[in-house]
Amino acid sequence: MHRFANPARFLRLSRAIQPWILAVTVPCLLAGLYLGLVESPIDYQQKDTVRIMYVHVPAAWMAMFGYSSLAIASAIGLIWKHPLADLAGKAAAPIGAGFTIIALATGSLWGKPTWGTWWVWDARLTSVVVLLFLYLGYMALWNAFEQPQRAARAASILALVGIVNLPIIKFSVDWWNTLHQPASISRIGTPAIDPAMLRPLLLMGVAYLGLFLLLLLLRMRVELAERRVMALQLARSRDGEPS
Amino acid sequence: MAEFFDMGGYAAYIWPAYGIAAGVIACLFIWSWRGLKKAEQAEAALGKRPRRRSARVERA
Repeated sequence: MHRFANPARFLRLSRAIQPWILAVTVPCLLAGLYLGLVESPIDYQQKDTVRIMYVHVPAAWMAMFGYSSLAIASAIGLIWKHPLADLAGKAAAPIGAGFTIIALATGSLWGKPTWGTWWVWDARLTSVVVLLFLYLGYMALWNAFEQPQRAARAASILALVGIVNLPIIKFSVDWWNTLHQPASISRIGTPAIDPAMLRPLLLMGVAYLGLFLLLLLLRMRVELAERRVMALQLARSRDGEPS
Repeated sequence: MAEFFDMGGYAAYIWPAYGIAAGVIACLFIWSWRGLKKAEQAEAALGKRPRRRSARVERA
Protein backbone atom coordinates (compact mmCIF):
# COMPACT_ATOMS: atom_id res chain seq x y z
CA MET A 1 0.00 0.00 0.00
CA HIS A 2 2.14 2.87 1.20
CA ARG A 3 4.88 1.09 -0.65
CA PHE A 4 3.50 2.37 -3.95
CA ALA A 5 1.58 5.42 -2.84
CA ASN A 6 4.57 7.06 -1.22
CA PRO A 7 7.05 7.17 -4.11
CA ALA A 8 4.49 8.89 -6.34
CA ARG A 9 3.71 11.42 -3.66
CA PHE A 10 7.41 11.88 -2.97
CA LEU A 11 8.15 12.54 -6.65
CA ARG A 12 5.38 15.14 -6.82
CA LEU A 13 6.62 16.82 -3.66
CA SER A 14 10.22 16.77 -4.84
CA ARG A 15 9.29 18.42 -8.15
CA ALA A 16 7.38 21.09 -6.25
CA ILE A 17 10.16 22.04 -3.83
CA GLN A 18 13.11 21.75 -6.23
CA PRO A 19 12.70 25.23 -7.77
CA TRP A 20 12.49 26.79 -4.30
CA ILE A 21 15.72 25.16 -3.17
CA LEU A 22 17.36 26.30 -6.41
CA ALA A 23 16.06 29.85 -5.88
CA VAL A 24 17.80 29.99 -2.49
CA THR A 25 20.96 28.08 -3.44
CA VAL A 26 22.09 30.03 -6.51
CA PRO A 27 22.03 33.56 -4.96
CA CYS A 28 23.67 32.27 -1.76
CA LEU A 29 26.38 30.53 -3.76
CA LEU A 30 27.13 33.58 -5.91
CA ALA A 31 27.07 35.98 -2.96
CA GLY A 32 29.14 33.61 -0.82
CA LEU A 33 31.77 33.19 -3.54
CA TYR A 34 31.95 36.94 -4.17
CA LEU A 35 32.18 37.89 -0.49
CA GLY A 36 34.55 35.02 0.26
CA LEU A 37 36.97 35.54 -2.62
CA VAL A 38 36.80 39.32 -3.05
CA GLU A 39 35.24 41.27 -0.22
CA SER A 40 36.26 39.39 2.90
CA PRO A 41 39.44 40.54 4.67
CA ILE A 42 42.59 38.45 4.91
CA ASP A 43 43.54 36.86 8.20
CA TYR A 44 46.43 38.58 9.98
CA GLN A 45 48.23 35.25 10.40
CA GLN A 46 46.94 33.08 7.59
CA LYS A 47 46.76 35.86 4.96
CA ASP A 48 44.73 34.82 1.91
CA THR A 49 44.68 31.11 2.76
CA VAL A 50 41.80 31.83 5.12
CA ARG A 51 39.61 31.94 1.99
CA ILE A 52 39.87 28.14 1.84
CA MET A 53 37.63 28.19 4.92
CA TYR A 54 34.60 29.10 2.77
CA VAL A 55 34.76 25.84 0.82
CA HIS A 56 36.22 23.70 3.61
CA VAL A 57 34.10 24.32 6.70
CA PRO A 58 30.67 24.02 4.99
CA ALA A 59 31.86 20.76 3.37
CA ALA A 60 32.68 19.39 6.82
CA TRP A 61 29.24 20.50 8.03
CA MET A 62 27.60 18.66 5.13
CA ALA A 63 29.72 15.57 5.76
CA MET A 64 28.30 15.44 9.30
CA PHE A 65 24.79 16.46 8.23
CA GLY A 66 24.84 13.78 5.55
CA TYR A 67 25.80 11.09 8.03
CA SER A 68 23.14 12.22 10.49
CA SER A 69 20.50 11.99 7.72
CA LEU A 70 21.85 8.59 6.75
CA ALA A 71 21.57 7.35 10.33
CA ILE A 72 18.05 8.76 10.82
CA ALA A 73 16.92 7.23 7.51
CA SER A 74 18.47 3.91 8.56
CA ALA A 75 16.67 3.97 11.92
CA ILE A 76 13.32 4.70 10.24
CA GLY A 77 14.00 1.98 7.68
CA LEU A 78 14.87 -0.58 10.37
CA ILE A 79 12.07 0.24 12.79
CA TRP A 80 9.12 0.98 10.50
CA LYS A 81 10.37 -0.90 7.41
CA HIS A 82 9.73 2.23 5.41
CA PRO A 83 11.14 1.50 1.92
CA LEU A 84 11.53 5.18 1.02
CA ALA A 85 13.72 5.69 4.11
CA ASP A 86 16.07 2.93 2.96
CA LEU A 87 16.30 4.58 -0.45
CA ALA A 88 16.91 7.99 1.15
CA GLY A 89 19.86 6.53 3.05
CA LYS A 90 21.18 4.84 -0.07
CA ALA A 91 20.81 8.12 -1.99
CA ALA A 92 22.49 10.23 0.72
CA ALA A 93 25.62 8.06 1.09
CA PRO A 94 27.55 9.02 -2.07
CA ILE A 95 26.69 12.68 -1.55
CA GLY A 96 27.95 12.62 2.04
CA ALA A 97 31.06 10.79 0.90
CA GLY A 98 31.61 13.47 -1.77
CA PHE A 99 31.41 16.28 0.78
CA THR A 100 33.74 14.35 3.11
CA ILE A 101 36.27 14.10 0.27
CA ILE A 102 35.94 17.87 -0.33
CA ALA A 103 36.51 18.54 3.39
CA LEU A 104 39.59 16.30 3.49
CA ALA A 105 41.12 17.59 0.24
CA THR A 106 40.55 21.30 0.92
CA GLY A 107 41.72 20.81 4.50
CA SER A 108 44.92 19.30 3.20
CA LEU A 109 45.41 22.27 0.85
CA TRP A 110 44.82 24.59 3.79
CA GLY A 111 47.11 22.64 6.11
CA LYS A 112 50.18 22.85 3.89
CA PRO A 113 50.63 26.67 3.97
CA THR A 114 49.35 27.14 7.55
CA TRP A 115 50.59 24.07 9.45
CA GLY A 116 53.44 23.21 7.13
CA THR A 117 52.10 19.75 6.37
CA TRP A 118 49.54 18.21 3.98
CA TRP A 119 48.43 15.68 6.52
CA VAL A 120 48.74 14.77 10.16
CA TRP A 121 47.11 11.85 11.98
CA ASP A 122 45.50 13.98 14.65
CA ALA A 123 42.13 13.15 16.22
CA ARG A 124 40.00 15.46 14.03
CA LEU A 125 41.53 14.44 10.74
CA THR A 126 41.58 10.75 11.61
CA SER A 127 37.94 10.72 12.73
CA VAL A 128 36.91 12.36 9.44
CA VAL A 129 38.81 9.66 7.51
CA VAL A 130 36.84 7.11 9.58
CA LEU A 131 33.66 8.95 8.51
CA LEU A 132 34.64 8.56 4.86
CA PHE A 133 35.18 4.82 5.38
CA LEU A 134 31.80 4.53 7.11
CA TYR A 135 30.17 6.05 4.02
CA LEU A 136 32.13 3.72 1.73
CA GLY A 137 31.34 0.70 3.91
CA TYR A 138 27.65 1.58 3.87
CA MET A 139 27.70 1.81 0.06
CA ALA A 140 29.65 -1.47 -0.21
CA LEU A 141 27.08 -3.28 1.96
CA TRP A 142 24.24 -2.08 -0.27
CA ASN A 143 26.03 -3.71 -3.21
CA ALA A 144 26.98 -6.88 -1.34
CA PHE A 145 23.49 -8.46 -1.20
CA GLU A 146 21.19 -9.74 -3.92
CA GLN A 147 18.03 -8.88 -2.04
CA PRO A 148 17.47 -5.14 -1.47
CA GLN A 149 15.77 -5.77 1.89
CA ARG A 150 18.75 -7.66 3.29
CA ALA A 151 21.19 -5.10 1.88
CA ALA A 152 19.19 -2.27 3.47
CA ARG A 153 19.19 -4.05 6.81
CA ALA A 154 22.93 -4.70 6.87
CA ALA A 155 23.81 -1.21 5.67
CA SER A 156 21.42 0.41 8.15
CA ILE A 157 22.96 -1.48 11.07
CA LEU A 158 26.42 -0.28 10.03
CA ALA A 159 25.08 3.29 9.73
CA LEU A 160 23.66 3.17 13.26
CA VAL A 161 26.85 1.73 14.75
CA GLY A 162 28.83 4.44 13.00
CA ILE A 163 26.92 7.22 14.80
CA VAL A 164 29.48 6.89 17.61
CA ASN A 165 31.90 8.62 15.29
CA LEU A 166 29.87 11.85 15.03
CA PRO A 167 30.47 13.16 18.59
CA ILE A 168 34.07 12.02 18.27
CA ILE A 169 34.49 14.27 15.20
CA LYS A 170 32.67 17.16 16.85
CA PHE A 171 34.52 17.09 20.17
CA SER A 172 37.87 15.71 18.99
CA VAL A 173 39.29 19.23 18.96
CA ASP A 174 38.32 19.69 22.63
CA TRP A 175 39.11 16.22 23.96
CA TRP A 176 42.54 15.85 22.41
CA ASN A 177 45.36 18.22 21.79
CA THR A 178 44.94 18.47 18.03
CA LEU A 179 46.64 20.54 15.39
CA HIS A 180 43.18 21.32 14.06
CA GLN A 181 41.71 24.42 15.63
CA PRO A 182 38.59 24.18 17.85
CA ALA A 183 35.15 25.41 16.78
CA SER A 184 34.79 29.15 16.19
CA ILE A 185 31.11 29.44 15.29
CA SER A 186 29.16 27.22 17.64
CA ARG A 187 31.00 27.98 20.82
CA ILE A 188 29.14 29.40 23.77
CA GLY A 189 28.74 33.17 23.59
CA THR A 190 29.61 35.12 20.49
CA PRO A 191 31.36 33.50 17.54
CA ALA A 192 35.11 34.08 17.51
CA ILE A 193 35.08 35.23 13.93
CA ASP A 194 34.78 38.61 12.24
CA PRO A 195 31.31 39.33 10.76
CA ALA A 196 32.97 40.04 7.39
CA MET A 197 34.19 36.42 7.39
CA LEU A 198 31.13 34.94 9.07
CA ARG A 199 28.79 36.27 6.35
CA PRO A 200 30.39 34.46 3.38
CA LEU A 201 30.86 31.37 5.55
CA LEU A 202 27.16 31.17 6.42
CA LEU A 203 26.12 31.98 2.83
CA MET A 204 28.31 29.14 1.58
CA GLY A 205 26.84 26.93 4.30
CA VAL A 206 23.31 27.58 3.02
CA ALA A 207 24.48 27.08 -0.58
CA TYR A 208 26.12 23.74 0.28
CA LEU A 209 22.98 22.63 2.11
CA GLY A 210 20.92 23.54 -0.96
CA LEU A 211 23.29 21.62 -3.23
CA PHE A 212 23.14 18.64 -0.87
CA LEU A 213 19.32 18.65 -0.90
CA LEU A 214 19.15 19.03 -4.70
CA LEU A 215 21.56 16.12 -5.09
CA LEU A 216 19.56 14.07 -2.58
CA LEU A 217 16.27 14.61 -4.45
CA LEU A 218 17.99 13.77 -7.74
CA ARG A 219 19.60 10.60 -6.37
CA MET A 220 16.31 9.49 -4.83
CA ARG A 221 14.71 9.81 -8.25
CA VAL A 222 17.53 7.64 -9.63
CA GLU A 223 16.99 5.01 -6.92
CA LEU A 224 13.22 4.98 -7.47
CA ALA A 225 13.64 4.66 -11.24
CA GLU A 226 16.12 1.81 -10.80
CA ARG A 227 13.71 0.10 -8.42
CA ARG A 228 10.90 0.39 -10.99
CA VAL A 229 13.19 -1.16 -13.61
CA MET A 230 13.94 -4.04 -11.22
CA ALA A 231 10.22 -4.55 -10.58
CA LEU A 232 9.49 -4.60 -14.31
CA GLN A 233 12.28 -7.10 -14.94
CA LEU A 234 10.99 -9.28 -12.12
CA ALA A 235 7.44 -9.17 -13.49
CA ARG A 236 8.76 -10.04 -16.91
CA SER A 237 10.80 -13.00 -15.71
CA ARG A 238 7.73 -14.29 -13.85
CA ASP A 239 5.81 -14.16 -17.12
CA GLY A 240 8.46 -16.47 -18.51
CA GLU A 241 9.92 -13.98 -20.94
CA PRO A 242 13.64 -13.44 -21.17
CA SER A 243 14.44 -10.11 -19.59
CA MET B 1 42.97 41.34 -11.81
CA ALA B 2 46.29 39.50 -11.79
CA GLU B 3 46.57 40.44 -8.14
CA PHE B 4 43.21 38.79 -7.47
CA PHE B 5 44.26 35.55 -9.13
CA ASP B 6 47.58 35.60 -7.29
CA MET B 7 45.74 35.47 -3.93
CA GLY B 8 48.64 37.04 -2.05
CA GLY B 9 50.98 34.33 -3.29
CA TYR B 10 48.72 31.47 -2.16
CA ALA B 11 47.06 30.83 -5.52
CA ALA B 12 48.53 27.31 -5.62
CA TYR B 13 46.49 26.34 -2.55
CA ILE B 14 43.33 28.43 -2.82
CA TRP B 15 42.32 27.78 -6.46
CA PRO B 16 42.80 23.99 -6.26
CA ALA B 17 40.65 23.98 -3.09
CA TYR B 18 37.82 25.81 -4.89
CA GLY B 19 38.38 23.64 -7.97
CA ILE B 20 38.11 20.37 -6.03
CA ALA B 21 34.93 21.52 -4.28
CA ALA B 22 33.33 22.53 -7.58
CA GLY B 23 34.62 19.41 -9.34
CA VAL B 24 33.32 16.90 -6.79
CA ILE B 25 29.88 18.54 -6.65
CA ALA B 26 29.70 18.75 -10.45
CA CYS B 27 30.68 15.08 -10.76
CA LEU B 28 27.93 14.08 -8.32
CA PHE B 29 25.34 15.99 -10.39
CA ILE B 30 26.54 14.60 -13.74
CA TRP B 31 26.78 11.00 -12.45
CA SER B 32 23.30 11.19 -10.90
CA TRP B 33 21.76 12.81 -13.96
CA ARG B 34 23.23 10.13 -16.24
CA GLY B 35 21.97 7.43 -13.88
CA LEU B 36 18.48 8.89 -14.01
CA LYS B 37 18.46 9.04 -17.82
CA LYS B 38 19.77 5.47 -18.04
CA ALA B 39 17.16 4.10 -15.64
CA GLU B 40 14.35 5.98 -17.39
CA GLN B 41 15.43 4.62 -20.76
CA ALA B 42 15.54 1.08 -19.38
CA GLU B 43 12.11 1.58 -17.86
CA ALA B 44 10.68 2.88 -21.14
CA ALA B 45 12.17 -0.04 -23.06
CA LEU B 46 10.71 -2.60 -20.64
CA GLY B 47 7.35 -0.85 -20.48
CA LYS B 48 6.86 -0.71 -24.24
CA ARG B 49 6.85 -4.48 -24.78
CA PRO B 50 3.44 -6.08 -25.05
CA ARG B 51 1.76 -8.48 -22.59
CA ARG B 52 3.17 -6.68 -19.60
CA ARG B 53 1.77 -7.70 -16.28
CA SER B 54 1.11 -4.99 -13.76
CA ALA B 55 4.24 -3.67 -12.13
CA ARG B 56 3.00 -4.72 -8.74
CA VAL B 57 5.49 -6.99 -7.06
CA GLU B 58 4.95 -9.00 -3.94
CA ARG B 59 7.55 -8.76 -1.21
CA ALA B 60 10.29 -11.15 -2.20
